[in-house]
Amino acid sequence: MSKLHVTTKVNGDTVEFLCDPRETLLDVLRDRLGLTGAKEGCGTGDCGACSVTVDGRLVCSCLMLGVEAEGKEIATVEGIATGEELHPLQKKFIEYAALQCGICTPGILVATKSLLEKNPDPTESEVRYWLAGNLCRCTGYDKIIRAVMDTAAEMREAS
Amino acid sequence: MALDSSKTTGFKYVGTRPDRPDGFDKVTGRAKFGADATAPGMLFAAIKRSPHAHARILRIDTTKALAMEGVKAVVTRADFATGLTGENWNILENVMAGDTALYDGHAVAAVAATSALSARDAMKAIEVEYEILPHVTDVDKAMEPGAPVIRTGAADASVPEGLHPNVVRYHESGHGDVEAGFAEADLVIEDHFVTEATHQGYIEPHACLGTLGADGKGELWCCTQGHWNVQKVCAALLGLETSQLRVTASEIGGGFGGKTTVFIEPVALALSRKANRPVKLVMTRAEVFKASGPTSSTSMDVRIGMKTDGTITAAEGVFRLQGGAFPGAPMEFTAMCAFAPYDLKHVRQVGYDVLTNRPKQAAYRAPGSPMAAFAVESVIDELCKKLDLDPIDTRLKNASHEGTRASFGPKWPRIGLVETLEAAKAHPHYTAPLAPGQGRGISCGFWFNHGGETSVSLAMSEDGSAQIMVGTPDIGGSRASMALMAAEVLGIPYENIRCTIADTASLGYNEISHGSRVTYASGLATIKAAEAAVEELCARAAAKWGIPEDAVYWEDGCAKPSGPNAGDFEPLPIAEITATMGATGGPINGHFEATPEGAGVSFATHIVDAEVDRETGSTKVVRYTVVQDAGKAVHPTYVEGQFQGGAAQGIGWALNEEYIYGEDGRLQNAGFLDYRIPVASDLPMIDTVIVEVPNPGHPFGVRGVGETSICPPLAAIANAVSAAAGVRMRQLPMRPSRILEALDSAADG
Repeated sequence: MSKLHVTTKVNGDTVEFLCDPRETLLDVLRDRLGLTGAKEGCGTGDCGACSVTVDGRLVCSCLMLGVEAEGKEIATVEGIATGEELHPLQKKFIEYAALQCGICTPGILVATKSLLEKNPDPTESEVRYWLAGNLCRCTGYDKIIRAVMDTAAEMREAS
Repeated sequence: MALDSSKTTGFKYVGTRPDRPDGFDKVTGRAKFGADATAPGMLFAAIKRSPHAHARILRIDTTKALAMEGVKAVVTRADFATGLTGENWNILENVMAGDTALYDGHAVAAVAATSALSARDAMKAIEVEYEILPHVTDVDKAMEPGAPVIRTGAADASVPEGLHPNVVRYHESGHGDVEAGFAEADLVIEDHFVTEATHQGYIEPHACLGTLGADGKGELWCCTQGHWNVQKVCAALLGLETSQLRVTASEIGGGFGGKTTVFIEPVALALSRKANRPVKLVMTRAEVFKASGPTSSTSMDVRIGMKTDGTITAAEGVFRLQGGAFPGAPMEFTAMCAFAPYDLKHVRQVGYDVLTNRPKQAAYRAPGSPMAAFAVESVIDELCKKLDLDPIDTRLKNASHEGTRASFGPKWPRIGLVETLEAAKAHPHYTAPLAPGQGRGISCGFWFNHGGETSVSLAMSEDGSAQIMVGTPDIGGSRASMALMAAEVLGIPYENIRCTIADTASLGYNEISHGSRVTYASGLATIKAAEAAVEELCARAAAKWGIPEDAVYWEDGCAKPSGPNAGDFEPLPIAEITATMGATGGPINGHFEATPEGAGVSFATHIVDAEVDRETGSTKVVRYTVVQDAGKAVHPTYVEGQFQGGAAQGIGWALNEEYIYGEDGRLQNAGFLDYRIPVASDLPMIDTVIVEVPNPGHPFGVRGVGETSICPPLAAIANAVSAAAGVRMRQLPMRPSRILEALDSAADG
């Protein structure tokens, strides 16, 4: 099958790639652009490990085709830190041990960053329901929820 | 000097909560997991799997697949070693079917091509002709006369005469005279319990990247809990010399026991050998469910006798486990763990390992134990209810402690069950009021823990920092624990130590990260390796000062003169010794190799409040407290994490998770949508209490903590739900439909 040419922006950089129309955005990010931060846990949109934002909207990159990225702005876990400076969420996840194996962490960070941009003062229930599409099998979510709540509080104070 | 760092108090680093060394990589997306590796010229592979539960393979035609654009190799069973026996044969048969497909999802062929899409297309073009055979997927049905025989001659000598050929192993243990014990009881309850198979549910599917040449030399990158085991098994299945295959463990995205064996690695290597190119092979989630190793399902009968004062007079259990189409269901662990928390005069436990047309089971966090606790602790709960006894006091009255005889034989050394029960009783959760519709359950749980073959190597750098190489993949923060233990011995800051998971070519043999053994065994070896380095550091100081080696001791990262020489020389800091080590005798390293056998067992007590919606049958866990003996918590935050993670997995097992097979023997819910593991909105915060009863078998008193945390939840939740619903729940998972059925039958009865 012939490939299609796509131009898009990933973490602020313009990128071009050729892809089979059947390839998902996740396939493209990982196999064509070398950005392996987003993970494939299921390929069916159930686990959230592949979470990225597309034009600011949180999506499972395994449910979107690579060709649909044409003209869009994609943000992945690789773009969360600024230079040497980790995002407050990243720092709190380390401090709270909000990860054990770490495979779900990129998706959860992308999802929670997206939450805090929309709602800087979420309740515990709101965090839990927002993250209901991001499976974590190691932690029981306790430390993740605490890390998110504390980050939100700290970011509110700083702003 | 004879150095011994053993201590259980007065720690400087152990017991603190520093950031994990791999944290930065894991929050930035830099950490490389199984599927994140690439190699020049790499091919992608896909596996052709049986759609039938049981079928003879009549013909495999790969002509069309091989003719497709970009296809470089196809392998079938003919491309693997012949003449294997024992477990190697079982694993090969599971990795690639021989003449019969034994379960839905069983691999029958594989293909490698220049892209993942081409590989998938080519896989679909492989034609397989089957003769469908009768199948059985239920453990009780597989034992019935007339059940389809999965494999003749698979039973070992333990199986008594007259049982169905699907019963392949048998276990019986205990002591005393159970019938005499039951005669002494004021109340005897006997009940039947069923649990469904669950999956470990790690978020990272199995993934590997392999290169193997016709010269018999290979390299393999994979997500595994034990790369020396992968090396050994792959070498056997491919007819290689073990040492010629170098295996590197990637970061591992969860395992919980499910990555203790191999499924796809030998296939990638076989394809690579045939194509003469690196081959990447990654399972889909459906493949993970169908063709990796879920748990056993069980059918259990438990009978316990009690006096009105709560004394257990006798206990008996029969535990039937199916482990798929191969021997290995952990029924002896189920039997041995069942009554371990209790000091019993009369006890008997029996286990059956039964073949079915399901995937070969793999370990899942304390394999076999959670199901046993579900059955036993449910019966104890019912006895307490009927006799109006407090469930914790009753357990305390019968609790195993140092010197009592375990239900499976040995006398207990120092153990911490009583301490967890007392801490649970003292916890505010135990006496907190319950809202209407809620019930509270408690349960104890037990796991053996394990030592196992272990090698650790430590090397000092010239600036006084240290690197440790361990061989047990880090599945939950163990690099932090190793660095803390090494810091404690070396007396240098935690941050000055880097712990690496060494590949098979860089360190001696290490058993898998299983049996809650890593912090115990690799930790012990790290301490011993650090002690060896300290001994050499002291020797260099002694030589410099011109005093005997045994007149030097080590404190706070410095060599100091002792005895008659005390005060004669200024303390010599580690960095000053290592700066000149090349000129004073060469590199300073420490290493340790052993099979430590003092892994202390671990007990836990859990308290759960559950709320049952009588209209929908759905259950919400509203409060959860884990109390567990850690011996010594090296990094308490990660110990809490193990407690919480085990509880959460137990909640899933108790309430939602199950393998559902259709009449056709095919798995009906091979995805996270239909096999629903707990999501964030399902769970409450999970409170933890770390009890520390030191393990005499570890220099710092460490006990493994990873597995015990999943032993009590099934029973604790079942007891809570039974209390809330007012009806005893005997089958897991307690999904809404099952609760509604139980409520209906209670109303009818």
